[in-house]
Amino acid sequence: MIPAAFDYARPASLDEAVRVLADAGEDAKVLAGGQSLMPLLRLRLAYPDALVDLDRLDGLREIRDDGDAVVIGALATHHQVLRDPLVNEHLPLLARATATVADPAVRHRGTFGGSLAHADPAGDLPAVALALDAVLHARSVRGEREIPAAEFFVDWMTSALEPDELLTAVRIPKLGPGWGVHYEKFHRTAQAWAIVGVACAVRRVQGAVEDVRVALTNMGPVPVRASAVERFAEGRTLSRDALRAAAAHAADGTGPPADLHGSAEYRTHLAGVLTARALTAAAGV
Amino acid sequence: MTEIGTARRRSEDARLVTGRTRWTDNIAPAGTLYAAFLRSPYAHARITGVDAEAARRRPNVVAVLTGADLAGEQGALPCAWTVTEDMRNPAHPPMAVEEVRYAGEPVACVVARDRYAAYDALEDIDVDYEPLPAVVDMERAVQDGAALVHADLGTNESYRWVFENGDLDAAFRDAPVVLERRYVQQRLIPTAMEPRAVLCEPDGDGFTLYSATQIPHILRLMLATVTGIGEHRIRVVAPDVGGGFGSKLQVYGEEVLCLLLARRLGRPVKWTETRSEGNMAVHHGRDQIQRLRLAADGDGRVRGLKVDLLADMGAYLMLVTPGIPLLGAFMFNGIYKMDAYSFACTGVFTTKTPTDAYRGAGRPEATFGIERLMDELAAELGLDPIEVRRRNWIGHGEFPYDTIAGLTYDSGDYEAATDKALALFEYDKLRAEQADRRERRDPVQLGIGVSTFTEMCGLAPSRVLGSLSYGAGGWEHAAVRVLPSGKVEVVTGSSAHGQGHETAWAQITADRLGVPFEDVKVLHGDTAVSPKGMDTYGSRSLAVGGVALYRACDKVIDKARVLAAHLLEAAEGDLEFTAGRFAVRGVRDAGVTLQEVTSAAFAAHDLPDGVEPTLDSDATFDPDNFSFPHGTHLCAAEVDTETGMVRLRSYVAVDDIGKVVNPLIVEGQVHGGLAQGIAQALYEEAVYDADGNLTTTTMADYLVPSAADLPAFTTDRTETPATSNPLGVKGVGEAGTIASTPAVVNAVVDALRPFGVTDVPMPCTPERVWRALRGDQGAGHASAEPGAAGGLGSAGGGR
Amino acid sequence: MPRITVEVDGAVHQDDVEPRVLLVHHLRDRAGRTGTPVGCDTSNCGACTVLMDGLSVKSCSVLAVQADGREITTVEGLGLGGAPHPMQRAFHEEHALQCGYCTPGMIMAAIDLLRENPDPSETEIRAGLEGNLCRCTGYQNIVRAVRRAAAEMRDPAAAREVAP
Repeated sequence: MIPAAFDYARPASLDEAVRVLADAGEDAKVLAGGQSLMPLLRLRLAYPDALVDLDRLDGLREIRDDGDAVVIGALATHHQVLRDPLVNEHLPLLARATATVADPAVRHRGTFGGSLAHADPAGDLPAVALALDAVLHARSVRGEREIPAAEFFVDWMTSALEPDELLTAVRIPKLGPGWGVHYEKFHRTAQAWAIVGVACAVRRVQGAVEDVRVALTNMGPVPVRASAVERFAEGRTLSRDALRAAAAHAADGTGPPADLHGSAEYRTHLAGVLTARALTAAAGV
Repeated sequence: MTEIGTARRRSEDARLVTGRTRWTDNIAPAGTLYAAFLRSPYAHARITGVDAEAARRRPNVVAVLTGADLAGEQGALPCAWTVTEDMRNPAHPPMAVEEVRYAGEPVACVVARDRYAAYDALEDIDVDYEPLPAVVDMERAVQDGAALVHADLGTNESYRWVFENGDLDAAFRDAPVVLERRYVQQRLIPTAMEPRAVLCEPDGDGFTLYSATQIPHILRLMLATVTGIGEHRIRVVAPDVGGGFGSKLQVYGEEVLCLLLARRLGRPVKWTETRSEGNMAVHHGRDQIQRLRLAADGDGRVRGLKVDLLADMGAYLMLVTPGIPLLGAFMFNGIYKMDAYSFACTGVFTTKTPTDAYRGAGRPEATFGIERLMDELAAELGLDPIEVRRRNWIGHGEFPYDTIAGLTYDSGDYEAATDKALALFEYDKLRAEQADRRERRDPVQLGIGVSTFTEMCGLAPSRVLGSLSYGAGGWEHAAVRVLPSGKVEVVTGSSAHGQGHETAWAQITADRLGVPFEDVKVLHGDTAVSPKGMDTYGSRSLAVGGVALYRACDKVIDKARVLAAHLLEAAEGDLEFTAGRFAVRGVRDAGVTLQEVTSAAFAAHDLPDGVEPTLDSDATFDPDNFSFPHGTHLCAAEVDTETGMVRLRSYVAVDDIGKVVNPLIVEGQVHGGLAQGIAQALYEEAVYDADGNLTTTTMADYLVPSAADLPAFTTDRTETPATSNPLGVKGVGEAGTIASTPAVVNAVVDALRPFGVTDVPMPCTPERVWRALRGDQGAGHASAEPGAAGGLGSAGGGR
Repeated sequence: MPRITVEVDGAVHQDDVEPRVLLVHHLRDRAGRTGTPVGCDTSNCGACTVLMDGLSVKSCSVLAVQADGREITTVEGLGLGGAPHPMQRAFHEEHALQCGYCTPGMIMAAIDLLRENPDPSETEIRAGLEGNLCRCTGYQNIVRAVRRAAAEMRDPAAAREVAP
């Protein structure tokens, strides 16, 4: 179908962009890669008065080394993230999860920042940001602020960004040596959204699980950190049985949705199975 | 030179791979107006008022019309198949006037100068609805006191159709084995890649209507019948058409309405469907509940089969809606011998999109039923599923064979196809691996599914159609025109939309006439060019249309022979025609080429008495019998018992489609058919919620598999020529679809048998497999709560 | 209305466009490139795939204004001097199309795939084409065609070796 009419602005600088966004009011939408927004516009499920197109803000595409972290510009495309040497070296979990997002043509346009700002619990990258303790940088005419991933995803398709705020960059701490990672995505067809996904990182030290991060895709209105799994796994001897036992707690405290592709009960079951697989894959046991 | 049997690369491809295509939506004469339809958001409601004034006032809007505005001229959409004398066939206005009966039914139309303006104006049309009860569940719809789809009918039953042969009571009496099963053929959305499109252009004293249709000839007649416009004033063109699979074998309201709008406005009017409206408004396929009872002896010999169907018609009967499940009546017995058989089908109205033909049309449903039962019978008796089939199938020496369903299978060799398939599949090796995985309690179990199918193709002998009260014949037409230069134009009534007729028909012509392949041009899909035809569906084109062409070629040769004899001063009987040349038998140098005969025919300087100038012919072919392709398909599926995910490991299809004109095209048809049949088994389902809303309106929710979701196929053939036509061909368009669905589900169930599983409802989603493993049979139809989870149901996430 | 400049298959088009106009409609209705069709409205089918500055995009999910200043290659812009692109030839040779509606997008996606990976395995080809749906072929011959084109594009002389 065809989008309803909207006003359009293509600011040339970040300063201009936040000004335009502030002036545009609540019914403006930010257009980054547009790969989530365009279908919504075409189906007329979204009716923004105005689109603020960030296409000219090339400064937001940069991926850079920042000491103990990698900073990814909000407009870096999935394609760019996938191929970036810094990401592949220090954030392999992000690279693996990004490879499962949609398809190559969509990855050419879709952006990392857009995926997070869209805050779709079925999206693969919010769980990764959560698992890796990312910090999201937002900017408005009122200034800049940093939002930890744990506070960024507020509700179903709702982020902590104010209507006048732009996501500019995401700072993700590097995983040091000893970490193994895995993203386990379960979907019915290659193109389909995850019924459940598990983002997982495990640090092994001398045959034990020293540190573990697990976050779940599509197990609630927002991505969820599987804290119970982390608690049960940490400090345990590295074995399949120990990891499986910890994984049994994957769905603790979650409120998974029901839709065409899976009931809440099934998702609860899947979360345990997939978490066990993700943990063992990440731990290499 | 033998063109027939050669893997010619297709002539059609030149324009299709370069984008120099002629899809209906590409055609835009000057002054074209664009139509958009407002569709009912309710499954069932009374229309109490429509206010279109605001829409009419919008810029670039030319007209806004409601059902009431068109009530005097729009007529009713046709159903051409009155399957019983008392069949209930409610009026079906192209645009709803008083009541809407499925979500997606058109209620108003905007015509604007551009399509963006047309869509904008739709939002300014205010329709008042008084909701009525939705009728979603077929089994409840036929119970007393059920809410009615058409109140004036007093029932939701359209018809009940029965066929019986043999003494069923005797077959079941004291039968050592009786199986009872209930299988559901889920509703499917055909999903041709090209959405529908219609362009109607007034031209002088008539109209040219371009449509993405499979049936330009039938459509022309029906448009004339519905609108009262003379058939001779309507030209229908099916330009490049991007697939159909039955969905474009239809006379749609939008086609009628574009014609009426073009007449009213005196301007070309175009409408192009969006995918999300198409999912609601293109007719759906399948959707039946099968109650099956099978009686067998202790050695696995089938004694009798009882079939009781509920078939969902949707809200209205469309072109051949009621007849589709009845095609299955002749197929539930499959390739097997039995003593008694009964088939009964009740057509049921629901407040859902009408159903009609989808690839296979009645035959996949029936084949699924019998092939699932044969695997169940094998399991019941502890026999190998191949062995059970061997004990029941019609032996190669028994053809022609009169089946219990009243057909005469002319030919077949089930033994040969099965032996070949088993060898290619490495059946014994896979069975050994299966046993090993069972032994090891591997979380990933292996299942092997068998499907030894047949189908009836080459629709259809006109006398059979007559006996089934079908509203038309089943013949096909072809014409051959040898041009003065010796090049050949072929006109066919078949209307290809991806099948490759331009290539295959040229091969037949080249083969028969002995002219180069490149010298033949095939014309089709335009009633001004190809005036007679019954169009393309039901795997009929080659077995009927191709044979008509074969006969037309023979007629050209017959006429040319008279002329050649005259030119050579020889007796006709002494002439041999080979490789495009008439020669006098035994006299090597005395001959004349078809080219030379053509020149003489056009010069007409010296024609024998009674021979008219030019060299051309017309022929129709009406088959005496159906053709019966068959084959053996074997599927190996790995089932993850922890998640329920099914992955196809290998798939072998050995098909016997008789003689082959172009093996490349045949292989392609089989591949595509397999993909669609596998998709029914594993992925696709049109899902309605309790209120009758379709929840799978987009491709994000209706899962058409991609290359990444399907395995590589191993295909091969055996060749048992059909005896019902001179080419020996049977048809291949639907074979893959018909055979593969039960092969896949049999494999899934086979993997899970050690866990006590005897069925998984289609599509075998991971959740349904998981539930089956938990003993939760028949459950797992996920409740639809749009917006509850992420993804595009709620739209666009994660990208 | 914004004024945009887009190079389509080597020809520069300047137009005033409504911001909401989809690139695919701009290509079809303004630039006359009707070779690129529309198959869905959720960016699932990929029939409308074109190259934008050399990378595959679904032109139904890009606004025409977003293509301002960029180069678009459609299926109609492939090939040199009237000779088809090796991918177009391979689709023909391997019978990788039937109705042909998905073909323009499939060819563009396949070309993009080989740009990333000149010698893909069957699995990589299948994964690389996950965003393009075909309803006719079951994909088997499409996979063959991509392998054939890959061989030819790596080494034109090798094309013969992959012939069946």
